[in-house]
Amino acid sequence: MIQVEHLTKYYGTTRGIEDLNFQVSKGEVLGFLGPNGAGKTTTMKILTCYQPPTSGTAKIFGHDILEDPLEVRKKIGYLPEKNPLYTDMTVREYLNFVGELKSIDVGKLKQRVNYSIERCGLENVQRRTIGKLSKGYQQRVGIAQAIIGDPELLILDEPTIGLDPRQIIDIRELIKDLGKERTVILSSHILPEVSQVCNRIVVINQGRLVAVDTPDNLRSRLKKTSVITIKIHESPESQNAKGIVESIEGVILVNEKESTDDVKVLTVESDPDKDLRYEIAKELINENVPLLEIFSEELSLEDIFLKLVTEEVS
Amino acid sequence: MNATLAIYRRELKSYFQSVTAYVTMGIFLALSGYFFYSIFRYYNYISYQTARNPYASQPLNLIDGVMRPLLGNISVILLLVLPLLTMKLLAEEKRQGTFELLLTYPLKDIEVVMGKFLASLTLFAVMLGFTLLYPILLAVFSNPEAGPIISGYLGLFLVGCTFISIGIFFSSLTSSQLVAGVATFGVSLFFLIIGWASPFVGPTLSKVLSQFSLLEHYDSFAKGVIDIQDITYYLFISIFFIFLTLKSLESSRWRS
Repeated sequence: MIQVEHLTKYYGTTRGIEDLNFQVSKGEVLGFLGPNGAGKTTTMKILTCYQPPTSGTAKIFGHDILEDPLEVRKKIGYLPEKNPLYTDMTVREYLNFVGELKSIDVGKLKQRVNYSIERCGLENVQRRTIGKLSKGYQQRVGIAQAIIGDPELLILDEPTIGLDPRQIIDIRELIKDLGKERTVILSSHILPEVSQVCNRIVVINQGRLVAVDTPDNLRSRLKKTSVITIKIHESPESQNAKGIVESIEGVILVNEKESTDDVKVLTVESDPDKDLRYEIAKELINENVPLLEIFSEELSLEDIFLKLVTEEVS
Repeated sequence: MNATLAIYRRELKSYFQSVTAYVTMGIFLALSGYFFYSIFRYYNYISYQTARNPYASQPLNLIDGVMRPLLGNISVILLLVLPLLTMKLLAEEKRQGTFELLLTYPLKDIEVVMGKFLASLTLFAVMLGFTLLYPILLAVFSNPEAGPIISGYLGLFLVGCTFISIGIFFSSLTSSQLVAGVATFGVSLFFLIIGWASPFVGPTLSKVLSQFSLLEHYDSFAKGVIDIQDITYYLFISIFFIFLTLKSLESSRWRS
């Protein structure tokens, strides 16, 4: 379990992060979400014991990052944002080197290197020089380097940045897969990525914690009113559709949008705690209104994110 | 310990994989070869002169006539080439960003620094080892005293050790290899000549300056005297700069 307590970091007088508090349970995949410069990388650098915080601390599987940094570093695999690699080494040489630095037993080293290579799909390039590999492969080498010590916690800073769409999908799959057997913290400013890969999201903006929750809860929490959209075929029966919907209990407001062609569109604002789709559909069908479609609009994670971030600023 | 060894091996390999090792060794050996040639020819010339004129004869021997000036000159070449070897040690890692990763591995800073220091030291020792050819040549055609040659080499090795520790310190301060190299060269040179001002300053300062002078301490090695005080001096300076390097790494965590 990872406990972050009152973590604060100032660079001179510039705020990096301020009073971050959150927890990550074992086996969880946690996403750090925030615009560029929000403090995601700063938090990760502190958790990996690369930088000390100005105040506050964090415990990683019981070891304090300030008191016991060597123990903490043993439990962590880290992929920094820029994915720094020794470009003059071959993939296998490099992983061997990292394995030795992470003091893996000589007897187990070869097996761990093979495991990392296989896990990250590097079999075909293992004897090639890292500097000559594509960005996607280099990113895999970065991840291979992070998992070689069989860490309990993987910290990945923007693991898919700068990759092409195909590579992004591959890396996401790999992360999901790795997340099955260990705790993962990853940062991103790309929302669909976080919602796809992570169980829980920490939203940071301007160094402060904005929200911590599961993607689904974040969505429903922010749905202050839910909006149901109804599409009806234009016909004599549909004239009084608006009235029918308005009479249903829990409906706050019904707007009729201009109909296009033969389709009339109604948007219904209702009590967020109640799902009225079934009620509405039943009433309309009973009155022989030709109902084409009915759906409740979910706020996209983008909307939530923007909402959270702008609310924090204002 | 394993980690130190891993870093040591990687560093040494990267010297030989890039052209660094070959260029620095090549230049070093070419220059010292030329020095040997010219010093030896001069010695030869003087010998002829004295042989013809027994009254003008001065005590001539291979140690004072060849080995001492040769090793003295080699120490100056070291001043030029050792900063080239040490400047990349940490600066390169900082520039590439691999430094960040290195500091998040379960390593102590000293393991990193010692691995790199020893790699440079090894390359330097190999370089110096090649110049043993000259005393061997002398021994083939004559019989120079072994003692002063051994002590001279030991002194030179310690001088190199000092330059390398200065080099690794400046490499830890910056991500620019050029800055690290130039600063190392400047400070090493200063340590070499710091004693020059000693005749002109007060007695106390004069003593301090000559005590800190690299040349002053090297002199007794060249004469064939191995003094524990001189060895302590070189070790002290080396350890001091390695200590500064460790402090610089520690503070870079706070600054970055």
